[in-house]
Amino acid sequence: MNWNVLFDFSPLVDEFDKILGAFWSTIRLSLMTGVLALILGTILAGMRVSPTPVLRAAGTFYVNTLRNTPLTLVLLFCSLALSDTLGLKLSNVSTVNFYWLAVFGLSAYTAAFVCEALRSGINTVPVGQAEAARAIGLTFTQSLRMVVLPQAFRAVIAPLGSITIAMMKNTTVVLVASYLEAAALMKDMFEEYGATLPIFLGFAAGFMILTLPTGFLFGWAAKRWAVAR
Amino acid sequence: MIGSVPVQGLPGGQHDVKFQLMTDSGKVASDTPSGGGPLVVLEKVNKYFGDLHVLQDIDLTVHRGEVVVVIGPSGGGKSTLCRSINRLEPIDDGKILVDGEALPAEGKQLARHRADVGMVFQSFNLFAHKTILQNVTLGPIKVRKVAKSTADKEALELLERVGIANQAEKYPAQLSGGQQQRAAIARALAMRPKVMLFDEPTSALDPEMVKEVLDVMTSLAGEGMTMIVVTHEMGFARRAANKVIFMADGQIVEENTPDEFFTNPRTDRAKDFLSKILTH
Ligand SMILES: Nc1ncnc2c1ncn2[C@@H]1O[C@H](COP(=O)(O)OP(=O)(O)OP(=O)(O)O)[C@@H](O)[C@H]1O
Ligand SMILES: [Mg+2]
Repeated sequence: MNWNVLFDFSPLVDEFDKILGAFWSTIRLSLMTGVLALILGTILAGMRVSPTPVLRAAGTFYVNTLRNTPLTLVLLFCSLALSDTLGLKLSNVSTVNFYWLAVFGLSAYTAAFVCEALRSGINTVPVGQAEAARAIGLTFTQSLRMVVLPQAFRAVIAPLGSITIAMMKNTTVVLVASYLEAAALMKDMFEEYGATLPIFLGFAAGFMILTLPTGFLFGWAAKRWAVAR
Repeated sequence: MIGSVPVQGLPGGQHDVKFQLMTDSGKVASDTPSGGGPLVVLEKVNKYFGDLHVLQDIDLTVHRGEVVVVIGPSGGGKSTLCRSINRLEPIDDGKILVDGEALPAEGKQLARHRADVGMVFQSFNLFAHKTILQNVTLGPIKVRKVAKSTADKEALELLERVGIANQAEKYPAQLSGGQQQRAAIARALAMRPKVMLFDEPTSALDPEMVKEVLDVMTSLAGEGMTMIVVTHEMGFARRAANKVIFMADGQIVEENTPDEFFTNPRTDRAKDFLSKILTH
């Protein structure tokens, strides 16, 4: 048994460019997913508090379904059902195609959590303010956009941070959708060099370099934009 | 009387408020209010909360320029009456007309209607994430489509008028209750409403702040604003109201002039109620 291999950090150095590239993929995946999940989650939250029963029901159904389905299933559905069976092609370049499938699957999943966080934020806004907004003639959507949501967002910056960190870590699951990001590369390197502690530590550190500042940033923003009542 | 700038002579104001002079005693000078025509009309209005019949066959006419004080025991339906006039509460039966038009159902139409009916709440309900100035200009800019510079200018005039122009850049949480309520009045006035509804505007205030808010309301009444005011402030009712409505158990039990109502109520319910609030 060659114990040296277990403590050999050289693969990390040798493959540094590849590793950077893989983490760059993770970052691109996270950013796009973050934006889409935020937009979709906001729309869902709006639906769930809307006066229209059909919209409320649709929002509730979506959230309950996606929140209770394992992410792996969602992504497999995207890659197998959407891509292979239905032949949905977003690009002729297969890595681009897989990128978007992964983004869609991950956004669809994360949006359910964003929606629920936002909804709890909406509950922190006194009902009276929404009534006052309607009383000056704002429509439901206007009062949601201009009065309720801005305050709801500020109230849930910290939980949105947790969701973001979870989402960044969840990007590792997209390897089931065949998109090469950090976790997929780690798996490849395990196969090539053997599953060693240094490789694992290198990748784990890579994720912490991404997630820790994210956590601090959200924590700072939560304080910075707290609404005084 | 404070400056009358914001009510009069602003572009787009479609209601001609008739100005009245106050008599020496400060009381609005007529029992048959200026202008005359009916502005808010309720016909056989009924409203239920489950089994609770909160509004029972309510008939009420408020004329242009008239100030009506609504008074009565807790749970009598005063807030519900107020809220139903701008459809924050939908009614189950009957008709509510504002300026001759029936209340539209939900949607854009309703939003437009609400813009014409100002509302002031017991708990102020200022938008906590916006400055006082932004609170006042939001409606004019987004609903009336007034240019921002114009809206700012008019808002500052209104804030001047309610005596808090120097607080314009502050956030609601930085203001006293009395200042917040005056800001809320300015916010409602900025829409140039045809009628103003006040639901116990002073009952969440510390006693020393009640007067500053009532003074603003009194001068507003003096300028001919049509007002429906739920309040137990007898001084205000006597000074500014044309009519007192006594509401209990979902019904209008008595409709009277303020002087008559407080000195010589016609109904036993009103007598009983007054004896309770007058003893403390
Ligand atoms: N949203 C609601 N759902 C169910 N019941 C309600 C609701 N709002 C008010 N009520 C009930 O309707 C009745 C009338 O309430 P309302 O608030 O209009 O009375 P009020 O005269 O304004 O009383 P107060 O002086 O305490 O403000 C009360 O019995 C109240 O409990
Ligand atoms: Mg009430």
